[in-house]
Amino acid sequence: MKELTVKKRMAKDRLFHSLVLFFASLVVIPLLFLLGYIFKKGIAVINWDFIVSMPAGVGESGGGIVHSLVGTLLLILIAVFLSVPVAVGAALFINDHPKNRISQLIRFTVDMLQGIPSIIMGIVIYIWIVLPMKNFSALAGGVALGIMMLPIIIKSTEETLKMVPESLKEASLALGAPYYKTVLRVILPAGLSGILTGILLGVSRIAGETAPLLFTAFGNPFLNTDLFKPVDALPLLIYNYSTSPYPEWIRIAWGASFILVTFVLILNLITRWVVKKWQIKF
Amino acid sequence: MSASPLKVHKVKEKGFSAFLLFSGTLVLMVLGAFFVTLVLQSFPLFRETGLKFFTTSRWVPMENAFSVLPFIAGTLMTSFLSILIAFPFSMALSILLGEYIKTGPFAAAFKSVTELLAGIPSVIYGFWGIMILMPLVQSLQIKLGVIPYGVGVLTASLILSLMIIPYAASLGRDVISMVPGDLKEAAYAMGATRFEVVAHIILPYARSGITAGFFLALGRAVGETMAVTMLIGNSNFIPKGIFSPANTMASVIANEFGEADGMHTTALIAVGLVLMLLTGIINSIGKSIMKRFQVGG
Amino acid sequence: MKKVMKWIMLGFVLMGSLSFVEAAEKELMGAGASFPYPLYTKMFSEYHKETGVKVNYQAIGSGGGIKQVLAKVVDFGGTDAYLDDAKLREVKEEILHIPTCLGAVAVTYNLPGSPTLQLTGDVIADIFMGKITLWNDQRIQSLNKTVNLPKMRITVVRRSDSSGTTFIFTDYLSKVSADWETGMGRSKTPSWGATAIGAAKNAGVAGQVKNIPGSIGYVEVIYALSNGMPVASVKNKSGRFIAPTLEGVGLAADTDMPADTRVTITDTAATDGYPISSFTWVILFKEQNYGGRTLAQAKETLDLLWWMIHDGQRYNEELKYGELSKEAVKKAEAVLRSTQYNGKPILK
Repeated sequence: MKELTVKKRMAKDRLFHSLVLFFASLVVIPLLFLLGYIFKKGIAVINWDFIVSMPAGVGESGGGIVHSLVGTLLLILIAVFLSVPVAVGAALFINDHPKNRISQLIRFTVDMLQGIPSIIMGIVIYIWIVLPMKNFSALAGGVALGIMMLPIIIKSTEETLKMVPESLKEASLALGAPYYKTVLRVILPAGLSGILTGILLGVSRIAGETAPLLFTAFGNPFLNTDLFKPVDALPLLIYNYSTSPYPEWIRIAWGASFILVTFVLILNLITRWVVKKWQIKF
Repeated sequence: MSASPLKVHKVKEKGFSAFLLFSGTLVLMVLGAFFVTLVLQSFPLFRETGLKFFTTSRWVPMENAFSVLPFIAGTLMTSFLSILIAFPFSMALSILLGEYIKTGPFAAAFKSVTELLAGIPSVIYGFWGIMILMPLVQSLQIKLGVIPYGVGVLTASLILSLMIIPYAASLGRDVISMVPGDLKEAAYAMGATRFEVVAHIILPYARSGITAGFFLALGRAVGETMAVTMLIGNSNFIPKGIFSPANTMASVIANEFGEADGMHTTALIAVGLVLMLLTGIINSIGKSIMKRFQVGG
Repeated sequence: MKKVMKWIMLGFVLMGSLSFVEAAEKELMGAGASFPYPLYTKMFSEYHKETGVKVNYQAIGSGGGIKQVLAKVVDFGGTDAYLDDAKLREVKEEILHIPTCLGAVAVTYNLPGSPTLQLTGDVIADIFMGKITLWNDQRIQSLNKTVNLPKMRITVVRRSDSSGTTFIFTDYLSKVSADWETGMGRSKTPSWGATAIGAAKNAGVAGQVKNIPGSIGYVEVIYALSNGMPVASVKNKSGRFIAPTLEGVGLAADTDMPADTRVTITDTAATDGYPISSFTWVILFKEQNYGGRTLAQAKETLDLLWWMIHDGQRYNEELKYGELSKEAVKKAEAVLRSTQYNGKPILK
């Protein structure tokens, strides 16, 4: 370093700074372009009719995607109902016995579950649920998505529970409240933001998943709210329509993409608000 | 009710603990059952053909010839290529946001954009790739005089790198911002330029964290399905170059599972097993490096 | 916490009641060939208007259709390739085939100016085997003397999924090219060369051909026509170049049909018949009492199929599919009548 003059060092610094700026902005361009493209193509298609009506027949114009909107909501509901109790229970367990063998195993499992490719989720649930029930169903799709949500909710809940001060728990126990009441009335409400954040993050992660639904929820051109029948979902519709040669269907796929991205965006905003509003402060 | 409230509490207490234990073990069982299902369902293939699955290189369902090698090759090529492409960009972003501009409107805006991009579903990346990226690659191929497939290893890697850059960059930023302030300040106090601080203090310190981040990003790239399926060209051969159409383990399952029967299904499940093991290994390496880094930091 | 529980309970009740309302509606599930998908979509949306029965048909490919029927997860499957004798023997239960329409596999391509090409089966086979690699190859040029063919590399686009369309196409090529028959053979999933691009479903192939200059692919004709893509006229047995039109397809189907309706009409002897034509079928189990199916559900399925081969036929022409001939309808009726529930005929 000694032989370099200050000028040279400054120049090197400036060069590095501009390199960093160059690469950073270079990558932001396609990413912004991608977002802009979805919004531009999508907004042109969106109107009230698009959201509330059923698809038009092949070759007819107009029509909407209400069936896949309802399907996606149904799948999310099933996934949330199935995964939240288990995830919160597991997180409480880890929180109660942090050094326990089982807890460590659960932590490892959570990491592994998070890494399972979504397509494998699809084939395993096909084997577990679709084959024995002899039916593609919203339930099968919901289970697949629910398992994908599990690790996210467990992690988020566990992180928050860690921050609930021990003194709070001890105070409740000292007052004679039984352990389960302490958990339900004191610890969980204090950690509610973590659970909510986990659910929101989980939902925004699964809302756009296609691969686990290919062999489970399967798709349906009609509106369906029966848990035991196949349903359509936004990502399935986008996959099927975007690979079609009909310009009308491609338009619809852009509209659906726009709705899906907006949905995820709104979820992100709500998540941030929840984190801010209900931050644990003690 | 004659039972004392204390007894009721005891019962509830036990029930509650049992529920927690049950939830915990259920999570364990889910993963275990996944593994067992894949092993049991793919077992007939290994019983019938032994290790041919790993030693041959042809995948021709019609002749009952099944080898996972073309897909391992496709998977490794696309994911490493995408990491290679993503590396300079995500490093630049991590350094920019972890060191140059930690706060302020630009940092906040960038954080929102990355979060949003991480939330864009894979299928939409694929859709966009077909519309925009594929023609671009095609015109590049026409200029280079190679067969203008448009789809193939390179196209899939490009879209994959776009998908993992936000993830890798946010991991990198977290790691870089964890570098202790006093170390940096000491260097600055000695008159070091920012570049010198980054090159001689931050990067060496954060190296293992950054490595871990790339392992985790690699894990994502390996398991990514939809966007890759839409852009890789779906050819069941070991790719000859970056322009060749190919198939990854995930994309061949997405393509063929719906209509496979008999041994073909079994073979696809075996591909799934290999894929699950591979992502498991990559992720565990990443997580364990990350844990050591966090403990060390 | 109690409030949350209440909301959760409410949610379950709501979902349960929705399921209950829906259960009263009649629904049928089908899956398979993407070749007749546009027609089936049209037919089923009309059938829903007429009868209130919802038919969910997912175009997952013929191979998928057969697989899901055998797995007993659908009411019926759709396939462009009938199950051959070996496959039928392999399946314990008896499978029935009902023809629903006629279709043509068109050879479509992406060339500047979209000229209409004339091709022979031999040349098509060599293009798809990678033996002819340039568009201005002597063998293509000599068939199209008036067309100015560019010196452009040919990119073959083929199906990546197991496909009845592929079966029809390879069945035809096996009949006209000995090299094809020994090298590739008839299959829903032949082993394509490494340079052929795979795309999913008819729609995927059409999409790729549309995107790649110099490419060639094969699709059910409506997928090419709806896109304004050019299709080749193919030389038939009598030496005439025939375009994939309804007329050409209808003439190709003018042949004796066996009682089980399984017949191939590729490489037809009809003077003006289009040589890459085929029936497409719906398949189902002969014994309808399986996997807990009720008699009502079986009846519902048969009513639909009956409607498809009669009233439903009026939508065929408008969507460029051939109508079934009177003889074919009669044979199909007989097959439908042979279905049973606990060994007793369902239809009277």
